[in-house]
This record gives sequence, C-alpha cells and structure tokens, in this order.
Amino acid sequence: MDVFANLAMGFGIAFSPFTLMLAVVGCFLGTIIGALPGLGPSNGVAILIPITFTLGLDATSALVLMTSVYYGAMYGGRISSILLNIPGDEPALMTTLDGYPMAKAGRAGDALVLSGVASFVGALLATMGLMFLAPLLSRIAYQFGPAEYFALYLLAFCTLGGIASNNQAKAAIASCIGLGIAMIGLDNQSGMPRLTFGHLHLMDGVDFLVAIVGLFAVAEVFFFIESHGKDTSIGVKLEKVTIPWRDIFATRWTMLRSTVIGFIAGVLPGAGASLGSFLAYMSEKTIAGEKGGFGTGVAKGVAAPEAGNNAAAGGALVPMLTLGVPGSGTTAVLLALLMTLNITPGPTLFTDRPEVVWGLIASLLIANFVLLLMNVPLVKIFVRVLQVPPWVLLPGVTMISFVGIFSLSGSYFDLLLMVGFGVLGYVLRKLDVPTVPIILGILLGNHMEDSLRRAMVLSGGDWTYLFSSAIAIGLWIAAVAGFVAPMFLRKVLKKPQRVTD
Amino acid sequence: MTISIRTLGFSAFLIGAAGAVSAAECIAPANPGGGWDFTCRQIGKILHEIGQESAPVQVTNMAGGGGGLAYSHVVNERNDDADLIVAASSATATRLAQNAYAGMTADQVRFVGAIGIDPGVIAVAADSPYMSLKDLVDAALADPGSVAFGGGSAVGGFDHLKPLMILKAAGLEDITMIKYIGLDGGADAVTQTVGGFTQAMTGDISEIVGFLKAGEVRALAVLTEERVPGFDDIPTAKEQGYDVVAGNWRGLYVPRGISDDQFHAWADKLQAVADSDAWAEAMAANGLAPFTMVGDDFQGYIDGLIADINQMSRDIGVIQ
Repeated sequence: MDVFANLAMGFGIAFSPFTLMLAVVGCFLGTIIGALPGLGPSNGVAILIPITFTLGLDATSALVLMTSVYYGAMYGGRISSILLNIPGDEPALMTTLDGYPMAKAGRAGDALVLSGVASFVGALLATMGLMFLAPLLSRIAYQFGPAEYFALYLLAFCTLGGIASNNQAKAAIASCIGLGIAMIGLDNQSGMPRLTFGHLHLMDGVDFLVAIVGLFAVAEVFFFIESHGKDTSIGVKLEKVTIPWRDIFATRWTMLRSTVIGFIAGVLPGAGASLGSFLAYMSEKTIAGEKGGFGTGVAKGVAAPEAGNNAAAGGALVPMLTLGVPGSGTTAVLLALLMTLNITPGPTLFTDRPEVVWGLIASLLIANFVLLLMNVPLVKIFVRVLQVPPWVLLPGVTMISFVGIFSLSGSYFDLLLMVGFGVLGYVLRKLDVPTVPIILGILLGNHMEDSLRRAMVLSGGDWTYLFSSAIAIGLWIAAVAGFVAPMFLRKVLKKPQRVTD
Repeated sequence: MTISIRTLGFSAFLIGAAGAVSAAECIAPANPGGGWDFTCRQIGKILHEIGQESAPVQVTNMAGGGGGLAYSHVVNERNDDADLIVAASSATATRLAQNAYAGMTADQVRFVGAIGIDPGVIAVAADSPYMSLKDLVDAALADPGSVAFGGGSAVGGFDHLKPLMILKAAGLEDITMIKYIGLDGGADAVTQTVGGFTQAMTGDISEIVGFLKAGEVRALAVLTEERVPGFDDIPTAKEQGYDVVAGNWRGLYVPRGISDDQFHAWADKLQAVADSDAWAEAMAANGLAPFTMVGDDFQGYIDGLIADINQMSRDIGVIQ
C-alpha cells in the first residue's frame, strides 16, 4: 500500500539522530510551555520559530521541531489544569473540570497518568487518522457553509449550560458576557469599528489570552490574597505516581469516542483543539448521564477532554496541510512557518513535497512515544516546575502572565485589560457565575456572528437558509436538545460540585 | 481557534531583552502567515543573504486595526528611525484611501517601493456552469442577486472592489446589489466557493495556486495588463472586454522623518533584492508577478492609486 511505502520513507527521514534529537527537545520544551499557565502552544511555537532560522534548519527539521513543541504543549497543558485549576493552555480548559477535583481528592498522580495516557491515545490515533484520511477528510470543509458553521457554534453554546454550572441561567448570562466581549473590535463584514471608543488597541478586539490569563490566573491571585495564603486551592500534593490500570481500562471507550469527536472537531477549519476537548467532554457527560458524576473528579471526565484535545491537535493539521486553512491558532502559526520555508500547503503538498509530509507524520508518531515516556514515568520533573509553594508560585505565575501578555502586543493596555479581567473573574466567582462560558463566548463569538451574517447576506435575509441542509438541521436538533435536556434531568440529578470551587 | 496567533512579538521581545546588536527591523503589520509577514520575512532574509544588511533583519509582527496600529506606531513613535522598514501592500493604500487608519494620511510616511505583485483573479469552482468571465458577468447583469462573491478581505476591501470594478465596467448601475461575504483569507473563500456556498471567489493568484493545480477551481480571469508568466492559460479580464487591472503589490514604507539619503539607500537596497535570484525564486514559488518600482516613482504611483481608490469607494458608497 502507498501509505506504508510513504511512511517507510518518512521514518527514513525521521530516524536520523539529529531529527530524533529535535523531536525530543521539542517535546520537552513543549511540555514545559504547555504546563506554564499563560504560555500556550501558539505562543510556544511562535517563540521558537526564530530559533529554527538561527539554527539554519531545513524545512523538514524545522517542521519536526515545531510540531513536537505543538504536541508537547498539548500534553503539558493538562498538568497545571489538574494541579492548579488553571489551564496551562486554552484546550486544557475542560480538563480542570474533573482533573482538579480528582487532584483535590488526593488522586493527583492518577489524574496525571490517566490524562497522559488519554493524550497519548488521542494523539496517536489522530496522527494515524491524519495519515490515512487526510486526502479524504479535507473534503469535509466543503460541506460546511455559513449555515452549518453557525449551527455548530450554536451547539457549543447550547450545551454549555449543562457543563459549567448548575444553573443554566447563570451559564447563559456568562455566555452573553463572553459574546458581548467578542463584539469589540472591527466588524468583519463592514470593517467598521465597534465598541472601541476610538481606541486603536481595541480595533482587533480582546485577545483571547488576555481574557483567559485575567479570568483564571489573575483572579486566582486575588483569591489567594483574600485568603492570606491559607485555605488556598493551590498546591495539591502529588505523592507517589502509580499507574491506575483500572481507570485506564475503564475509560478505554471514552478515550476512543473522544478521539473520534476531537479529530473531527480539529479537522473543521477554525474550530480546533478547544472545541474538540469541549465536545468530547460534553458527549461523554451525556453518555454517562446523571450517575456519571462529571465535575466531581471522575476518571472519564479527565480522559475525555485530554483524548479530545490531543486528537483535535492532530486533526487540525489535516486542513492546514491539505487546504492551507489552519484548523486552530497554533496551526496558523505553523502555516506561517511553512510559508516562510517556501512550502505552499494545499491539495498538492502530498504529491509535491512527500518528504516533508511523511517525514512530519513519522516524527509525530515518534514524538508521541517520547511524550508518553516524559509524561507518565517522568511527569514529576514537570510537576516540580509547578510544585513550589504558592507564595513563590503565584507571584511567579503573575510575572509570567504579565510578561507573556506584554509580549503579545507590547502594549501596557493589554496588561490593564488583563487586570480588569482578573477583577471580573473574581467578582463573577463570588457571584457563582461560571467563567468558562465567557471564555468560550470570546473564543467562538466572532466566528458565530460572521457565520450568521454571511448566511444572511447569501440568502438575502431569509432565515430558513439556516436550516437548509441535513448537516445544519442535525446540529440544530442536537443544540436544542443539549440545552433543554439538562433542565429536565436536573431534578433527578444529584448536584455535582461547582467547578470553580 | 484562530485566536492568539499574534505572538511572534514575543520573539522580538526576547531578542530585544537580550540586548542584541542594532539590526534593521521590519514590521509586518499583521499576524504571521499573511502577505505582509511574507514580505518582511523574504525581503529581510534576502537583504542579509545578498550582503545588503550585515545582521539578519529582525521581523516584528504588529497586528492591529488592519495595519493601523503599526502605522500609528511608526508615525508617532518611530518617525526618525532609519533602521525601520514596514511591509505594505494594496491593502495599505486602500485603507489610507478610505480613511480607515483613524485620520492618519498617506503623507505621514514615505513609500519606498514595490517589488512584486500578486495579480487579482476571479475564480469559480471546477464544476461551475460559468466557463468565462462573460458568463459570470452576464448572469450578474441578468440577476444581481444570483452571483455571490467570497473573498479574503472585509466588505469594502480590495477583494470586494475587484468584482465591482468589473461589473461596473460591464455597465451594471447598482453595484451595491452584488452579494459579497468577507472570509478569513483567500483559502477560506475558495473552500466556500468549491462547496457551492458562494458562486465565485475574488482574490489574488497566490491564494488559489494550490487549488488550481489540484483542479478544484477554474480561474476565469486574471486582472493584469498581460497574461501572467506561469499561468499562461488564464485569460486577462482586459482581453475578455473588461478593462480592469488590479493587483496586490508587495512593498515597503519607511518613517517620514528620515533623510533623503536614507530613503534612497532603502530604495537601492530594495532594488538589489528585486534583482536577486532568491527573490525571483520566492516570487515564482508564491505566484507573484514581477512589478518593480522604487524610490520617488513609487511615491507618485501611490498618490495616484490612493486618489483612484478614494473615488471608487465613494462611487460604491463604502465611504461618504
């Protein structure tokens, strides 16, 4: 079969000592970058791009290094989610929901190993999926027009009520706050500035990272100050790391299902890893039902988002390589790297530059095994980075947050904005309003609005256009069901622990 | 998600913090991956390779306000920095012409030159019934609502103006009837067109190269004076009877406050890049056609272009 001949060629490239070393270095750096709150995969890859040029790496080597960092960051993001309740990067958001309660219950080691294995399963299967299905799956993008995308984003918002809070009204309010913040900046359809007050810094809207670091990291610091360092949620103890075989076995179907969902979410342009982990978590929560205890620290709640986001990371490479349409923020940075290297991603990349594509795929397979080793037996090394006392860690987190955010735009304005988000996060948590939907609102709001408005332009204002395809109708039904169903289930449902607790 | 990719600045921060030697800096006023980023990275790389710059040119991504943030930064804070170049394109001129940079005007910087052009193109899906530009234009003339265009720029942007210019040349009175949706880049616009959600795609040749080779799209017309080398089978709009020429040139501007000598030094360096083999290769790989104009000639060209776009934008009602 062609695939295997090509793969053999890929391994021929990837197994050179130099390329292997790059993969290991990339994985290590990536895991640390992922683990540190505020530094996500997109920053990580962006920071390291100049290094690839300084080292004079060729196209394949540069790609291997960068995608190893990318995969590594996807693994590493879970570490601070589980131990600190601060997502190390955006896609690890959902891992906090069960990972942190599990760690608080004294099972931090189990949570880390389980999520590491789930990451491995997700990433490995997704890489295989990339290998076999890339040419086929690239066609999916052609089935999604504005109406379908709108329904997809609506589905994400409607199902939010069930996960992030016990109270759908509060979750809806939080979603609306997020959507409102997303409206700031240039209106994509008309180019007119909205809610910017003539401020150039607001023209591009609110950067997602500014919001997430403010709402999570800075708000956490405020809580720490309030509690005078006692009774802090930070500093979950990690004793011995053993392998929880029973949990791994029990979550095998969860991992597989989440991988499939995450991979599909990753393949959709613009969706990416965050949506992958979110949808994976949601569907597992629905399957488990009220007895599943999602949100209280169950194994499936840890395995699902990690398998989902790592699978989505692999999936996001499919449209990037085959269509030149990045499936996520990080793949957009990778796309920039490719173009700088004079490689034009597109439908012909697989035939024109097979050595690049297959060398990359082989390296990804190798990187996965390296990452499994680093993240299961050696996970304590990375935990040590985070396992310093809170009075050292929190100022450190604050500093990294400020430096990281300042580096995005070099403007103090973003720093003020971040502190503002910190205050907002603090107040909302006091009011028991979940912050997760705000983040998702900022994340998806613009895409959702653009989709709706494009649909309206194309249909000349006819709203039935939104239900004009089988895919769209299916997504709408799932969205309505996802919002309504938890209301009826709530009576039967034993109240799970609040997530931000 | 397509958020938070404007992080290349972090590298600049690290380099800056390390106290690197004073090297020339090129600001790409957008996120990595687009045309401005390409301009800075290729020109920066070649300047160093051909020995015009002793140290590698440092590229800073400064996304914001469609280039407005970088423009404001240069005008207000770097007005006499002779080591600074900034990537520019037709989009820069369009936004200046439409007063989209918060009141800043084109005469607040100096345009050094352009060294390549990405020819405008109108494309349809491979299975589209429209076989020539005339088919498409006739359909739009018969029923302006029946042909929706997708492009990579916002409404009123350069990609939007291209089909409107053609339809105007064909005699359509009310060009505001034509549907246009602005997508996140040319590749997205192609995807939507191939998927059948829009009937035609308006953009630059470089945006459809991969799709052309794969046989996913058919280019109906290229908006140049002559056919583009390497794409000889694509007819120009002009030879099909619509006299419209529009392309996205790639060039640079520098701060207003530098001396004439410094300005001409940059013009000479840019000319050297234009003459290099490396640039010829980079152009071929990215679907750019030769278009070299540096120094005072280019400044004159820009002034004329801005006046034209301003008039056209008034005609279609994008600005008052």
